[in-house]
Order: sequence, then structure tokens, then C-alpha cells
Amino acid sequence: MSTPRPTTSVVRPPRGQENSGAALRFLERSLFLAVLMRDLRLAARRRIDALLPLVFFVVAISLFPLGVGPEPQTLRHIAPGVVWVCALLATMLSVQHLYAGDQADGSLEQMLLAPQSPLAVAAAKCVAHWLVSGWPLILAAPVVGLWFDLSLPAMGSLVLGLLLGTPVLSLLGGLGAALTLGLRSGGMLLILIVLPLAMPVLIFGAGAVAAVESGQSAAGHYSLLGALLIATAMGAPWATAAALRISTE
Amino acid sequence: MTSNPAAPAAFAPTLTAANLGAQRGDRPLFKALELSLRPGQVVWLRGRNGRGKTSLLRLLAGLSTPARGAVLCDGVPLAQCPPEWRRRLLYVAHANALKEDLTVQEALRFLGALHGRTPASAEIRSALARLGVGHLHSATVRTLSQGQRRRCALSRLALPDEADETNSADESHGASIWLLDEPYDALDQEGVQALHDLLSDHARQGGSTLLTSHQEVMLRDPVPTVLDLDAVAVAQ
Repeated sequence: MSTPRPTTSVVRPPRGQENSGAALRFLERSLFLAVLMRDLRLAARRRIDALLPLVFFVVAISLFPLGVGPEPQTLRHIAPGVVWVCALLATMLSVQHLYAGDQADGSLEQMLLAPQSPLAVAAAKCVAHWLVSGWPLILAAPVVGLWFDLSLPAMGSLVLGLLLGTPVLSLLGGLGAALTLGLRSGGMLLILIVLPLAMPVLIFGAGAVAAVESGQSAAGHYSLLGALLIATAMGAPWATAAALRISTE
Repeated sequence: MTSNPAAPAAFAPTLTAANLGAQRGDRPLFKALELSLRPGQVVWLRGRNGRGKTSLLRLLAGLSTPARGAVLCDGVPLAQCPPEWRRRLLYVAHANALKEDLTVQEALRFLGALHGRTPASAEIRSALARLGVGHLHSATVRTLSQGQRRRCALSRLALPDEADETNSADESHGASIWLLDEPYDALDQEGVQALHDLLSDHARQGGSTLLTSHQEVMLRDPVPTVLDLDAVAVAQ
């Protein structure tokens, strides 16, 4: 069984292709892209698991008209809060296992051993989570708006708010998942950690729709959601990377 | 520990544990451990369950922080080593790090990408063939037996790294350091032989290996140096 070790020959690209070759090498070496593409591929293979947050979102929202009653005025009034709370809970549901599977099969250790910063791992996992779990909620929002008899501008406001707010939920959820990794009752603890942090998103997201419904400008709400997104994107991946390091010690 | 007679073929780093101490909870695992892993050397780390073999490997890989002492690479603390150096440290843990829903090829490509080099399909096939599982490159990991998974995980060792790519023309590249946690787990006789062939080739090229095993390591070329953590514990 003693076969010789394969040798690799290096083929140098022509001068004109050096730039594209360098770009390709950069992409190949990008820890961020490697983790992102792998997570998207895994989500595509586990379609049922990936769709569960969306199903939860839709089912949970559909319960409210049944419980509160079919009065359009009431539904229109509660719609923003209901949609945002369900989006938050759907995110919490899906983010709980963000790192647990990787920790169980040893992938997380390998990612943390990569020469590049674990920051790239944290960022890629959050982006993948948002693409798989957050983006479908945004696509489903107009349908939900129809159920609750929202006006077209209010539906637009809901979608724009979710577009700015759901990445924040994924980033905060990723941080919570890293902080509670490997802990008993980690799922409950994660919710207790993330829910208070996510309150501003809930307030400004629902506030934007309510403002549009009442004929006011929602620009201030969007600005604050945008500011929250920037602040979270600047801080959460660093904190998540540090938490991952501590969790795998 | 004595140095191994195998001569390094190229520039290769030395991994050193200086005055290293580790503890699990309040229980000390070892104190003031001295270890030098030199080019061309294979070290067999042994000891009873709970002695801290895996903990030592994790410390050397940089996954854990020592309670005391330091891990040095060519005299530089591990945390301060440049990315080029870290690319040359390969840690195969007890868990195989293969995702159940990926094919073997996809899983290995991902693990290669983590180290900064995405291997080509032919390279992955060749690496798998060295472990006798070349036919499994398109199989989904969940369909494999434990032994097949272990062989696939170990085939990472046969993937060409950056040092191969640059043919070691630059002195900053060279042989790598392998840290293997129970690599013989679930391997049959043929798998063990394939692993030994890899270890021998690696040592001949100046690479160094530290492995843990509860079973006798029958490697003949080079003969492994033994580091017994039971003896270390008694001495302390």
C-alpha cells in the first residue's frame, strides 16, 4: 500500500492572466467565502431544516387573526408588532444550532485553527444565517401584509424595516449562540440574552410601519435601524469570535 | 527526549513546549512539561485516560491557553506566529470534522480552504487513494462507516500544502507539523499501514508528528520517540 506521494507541478499563468489568477487565489484563500459557501451548500442539502423558521413565522402569524378576530382595523393595528415579534422568535429558533453542529463534529476547531482571524468565521456564519433564515422572512412579509390588510406603503415599510432589522437579529443571535455554546439550557439562555438586545430593532421596525400607516414619515425609524445595523455589524462579529474562542477552550 | 536520526529534507520549524502546565477545572493535568518536536521526528504521546493527552495537543495547536508556560515555534510564541506558519500546523482531532451532508470531496476541499489552499479534485482523489478510499470521493459522508470516515479525515495529511506548491523555493515555506489525536481509531490493518506510510514520508521530508494512541505504535521508519504522560505525572 506504499504508493508514492503525489507531486504537484505549478503552472504559471500568462502575464495577462496574473490579475485574475491573484483574484482567484484570494477567493480560494478567503476563510469568509469558504465558510459562507459551505453553510449555504449545507442549507441547500437540508432544505426542510432551512425552511423551518419560515414555516414557524407564517404559522405563528396566522394564529393571530384566529385569536384576535377578523376585524381589519384591529389586525392592521397589531400587524407591525406581530410580524416583528414572530420574526424575532423565528430567528431565535434557527440561530440556536448555528455553532452547535460545527462544535459536535470538530469543524469549529478546524475553523478556529485557520490562519485567518476567527472574525471571518463569525461574519460568514451570520451572513449565511441571514441568507437562509432572514431573507425568506422578508420575501414572505408582503403576503403577511395582505392577511393583515396593510396598505401598500405600509407593506413597503415592513419589507424595508425587515431588510434593515433581520441582519441585526442574525448578528445578535450569532453572538448569543457563541456565548451559550456547550452550555446546558443554552437555548433558553440564548433567548434571555438576545431578546433584550433586540428590543430596539423591534421598536423601530414596528414603529416604521405604524408611522407609515398613520401617514407620517418613517425616515427616522429607518435611520435608527440603519445605525443599529452598522453598530451591530461593527461589534458583534468581534464579540462572537472572542466568545467562540472561549467556548472551545 | 532525544532527536530522531531522520534528516530533515528542507527548512522546517521546531515546536517547543516550555514549562507547560494545564489543568482541567481545579485538577492539574501536568506541570512544567518540556517538549521539543523537531523536524523529521515522530513523537508518540501516551498515558492513561484523563492524563491530558488531548489537552496537550490542543495547547500545542493553539486551541487552548496554557495554565503556565508557553508553546513556541522556532522560539516565537504560538499566538504571535505569522499566518504562513500556522498554515503548516495540521491538527486532526478525535472528531473527523467532516460534515455529514457533504460529499467527501466537498468536505476535504473545505478543510483545505481553511488552511488557505483549496485542493483540486485530482489532488483530493490522489490523497484519498493514499488512504485506500479513492473510490469514496463522491460519497456522502453520512453513508460512510467510522473507519472510512477516519481514513477520509486522515487523507487531509496527503493533500499538497503550500510548501509543495512553491516547491520549498522560499525558505519561509517548508515541511509541516502534524498533531494527530488517536489517528488509529476505527482503522483496520490496511488503514494503519497507509497511515504509517504517510508518517514515514512526512518524516523523510522533514515534517514532524505528535500523535496520541492507546495502542502500540508499530511505526518502524522512523521509530517514534515516546512521551509518557504517566511518567511525567509521577516525576512531578
